[in-house]
Amino acid sequence: MDAFLSGLDLLARFDVALALLIGSVGGVIIGAIPGVGPAVAIAILLPATFSLDPLVGLTMLLGIYGSSMFGGALPAILINTPGTAVNALTTYDGHPMTKKGQALRALGLAYGASFFGGILSIVALILFAPLLAKIAPMFGSREIFLAALLGIVLVVLAHRGQTFAAGMLAAFGIFLNTIGLEPVKYTQRYTFGQDWLASGINLIVVVLGLFALSQAFVLLTDPESAPTTQRVKGNMLRAMGEVLQFKRIAAAGSSFGVLMGMIPGVGEFTAQFLSYTYAQKTSKAPEEFGHGSPEGLVASESANNAVPAAAMIPLLALGIPGEALTAMMLSVFYVHNVIPGPNLFQNQLDFVYALYIAMIALNVIVVVFMLFASNWLLQIIRIPTRFLGMTILTLGFVGVYSLRNSITDCAISAGFGILGLILKRQNLPIVPIVLGMVLGGIMEVKLRSAMARVKTPLDFVDRPIAALLALAILVLIVLHVWGVIREHRSRVPETQHDHDLHDSQTR
Amino acid sequence: MSRLKTFQDLFKRYRRPGDMVFALAFFLFALFLLVNLPMQTTWVEKRTQLFAQPAFWPAISLVAMTFFAGLHLLGAVVSERIPGRLAEVLYWLRSLEYAAWFMAYVLLVPVIGYLLATILFCGTLSFRLGYRSPQWLLASTVFAVAVVVLFKSFLQVKIPAGAIYDALPPGAFRSFMMTYL
Repeated sequence: MDAFLSGLDLLARFDVALALLIGSVGGVIIGAIPGVGPAVAIAILLPATFSLDPLVGLTMLLGIYGSSMFGGALPAILINTPGTAVNALTTYDGHPMTKKGQALRALGLAYGASFFGGILSIVALILFAPLLAKIAPMFGSREIFLAALLGIVLVVLAHRGQTFAAGMLAAFGIFLNTIGLEPVKYTQRYTFGQDWLASGINLIVVVLGLFALSQAFVLLTDPESAPTTQRVKGNMLRAMGEVLQFKRIAAAGSSFGVLMGMIPGVGEFTAQFLSYTYAQKTSKAPEEFGHGSPEGLVASESANNAVPAAAMIPLLALGIPGEALTAMMLSVFYVHNVIPGPNLFQNQLDFVYALYIAMIALNVIVVVFMLFASNWLLQIIRIPTRFLGMTILTLGFVGVYSLRNSITDCAISAGFGILGLILKRQNLPIVPIVLGMVLGGIMEVKLRSAMARVKTPLDFVDRPIAALLALAILVLIVLHVWGVIREHRSRVPETQHDHDLHDSQTR
Repeated sequence: MSRLKTFQDLFKRYRRPGDMVFALAFFLFALFLLVNLPMQTTWVEKRTQLFAQPAFWPAISLVAMTFFAGLHLLGAVVSERIPGRLAEVLYWLRSLEYAAWFMAYVLLVPVIGYLLATILFCGTLSFRLGYRSPQWLLASTVFAVAVVVLFKSFLQVKIPAGAIYDALPPGAFRSFMMTYL
């Protein structure tokens, strides 16, 4: 309780409150604009937050992360275009409801379910934190190495149908991290005699290129489009309240969100799928799913919004990010010399609580904002796409150049921008590169320190958590191979799949 | 759930035109890096175990990269060809124009200063994109000024003053320009 109160005390500052307000309102706006996701916004703002206090910077980024899905539901429901990748499932039931003339009801349910999922997950995690503080110290070097390896394995396996591509991109990420002068034996790795490669490839330069510049290039090269929208009329508060009629589904959705969010490399999509399947199987009207079922909408939105809070767990407790956004946040920690890991939970539990309380506050701010701002947001999402591309390019420059004032960094970032564009066009995932870079670095350091006390290979897994993690990795790989074989046997014709579902995944 | 049939559907991604070109290019790139492994990393002889060798992680990642890239290429080779390969590659090349715009902006900032370069970049790029009415040019200028004020004046991000500011008469105005714009 003391830690909780002192966490509250940490937050009671003007600059933190302002960062929270800017982050959450900004996140909603960014989420609502199709073509700009939270990843683009966080990548651009990252260098600017380095000069801020860690709590201020992190609350701003958390605000964007946690609120973008609220905003993303708006175009998903009204114009059938998900504002962020994780709102794709929302279009299935949200847009048919709009076509039936229930736009306000759908929006209210989506916001209500997001709020429900967000709050429930944070409360669960606050209650869970003391337990984590007990478990986290049991993670030594080898456990953290194995957890990072598990993250890599999961991010590769999670890209079904593109496992090979995800594998090569994750390996590329690990390789990128090794370039330059290595700090232990002081030898050069893959510098090709070039001075500009000796200092290595900076993660933020890569992230900005892959997420922000590539998105700008896509928007600039694609033909112009500007969505048309209609105004929403009615009482939003009453519409949001309707979610209470779907408490069971919203609670199940949030639980799936929390569970899946905690596992590195898995995240929103699995949570949404499990939640949606559960809702359909237990529904009295399963045939309505996909044709405007309010239950389906609640299942989708409660699950995705429960993930951000849970995704902070592996980041804060072990220093292992599970997806791209928390990987970016990790760099904020590093810049301020706050090393996330077991010690953080033991010694700075108030800081952890402060982050969670900030997340509760941001959910409240966003819901209040949404009560009034939906129609105003509709004006913003009508920005023509190529003009939007120009603005992202301009903002991307601030992000890259302010890092080290290096023209070389800008050129590298532009190169990764082109690579990101090709990957997006190819429908290949970007996240494995970023996770490979971050987790590769962690694995290299942790393996070296872990091996000091390991004599035989079996020593590596002689502690319970290490054994459990190693077993999980093996089981996952076996299950994956088995799943692929089973899927091959019962395959359906290519034309019966929904090929458009993943158009938005890389935004 | 009408469109979503299996758990796999949620994760599956589908091939697009040009997949063969990218798969081949990436495989050759991985192979090139792997071949360079002995030249580009050092083998430390003295009391260093395998996992602590500087070459250990580059070797692991490049072997994995080449292996997966090979399988990915194989997948592209045995799959049916999707029409539109050339058009796709031309699309990639077309995007290089905007990378060039970006680099021009980057090179301009240290010379004419952040404010002027941003106004010029936003204005000319908007014009190039077809936003040529006075309203759009005004919108791009307002956006440019807002970005500079927000990041340089307000958030104080590190962007050096343009060389052109040296030509200003020494005094308060020059130092204001150098610090805030």
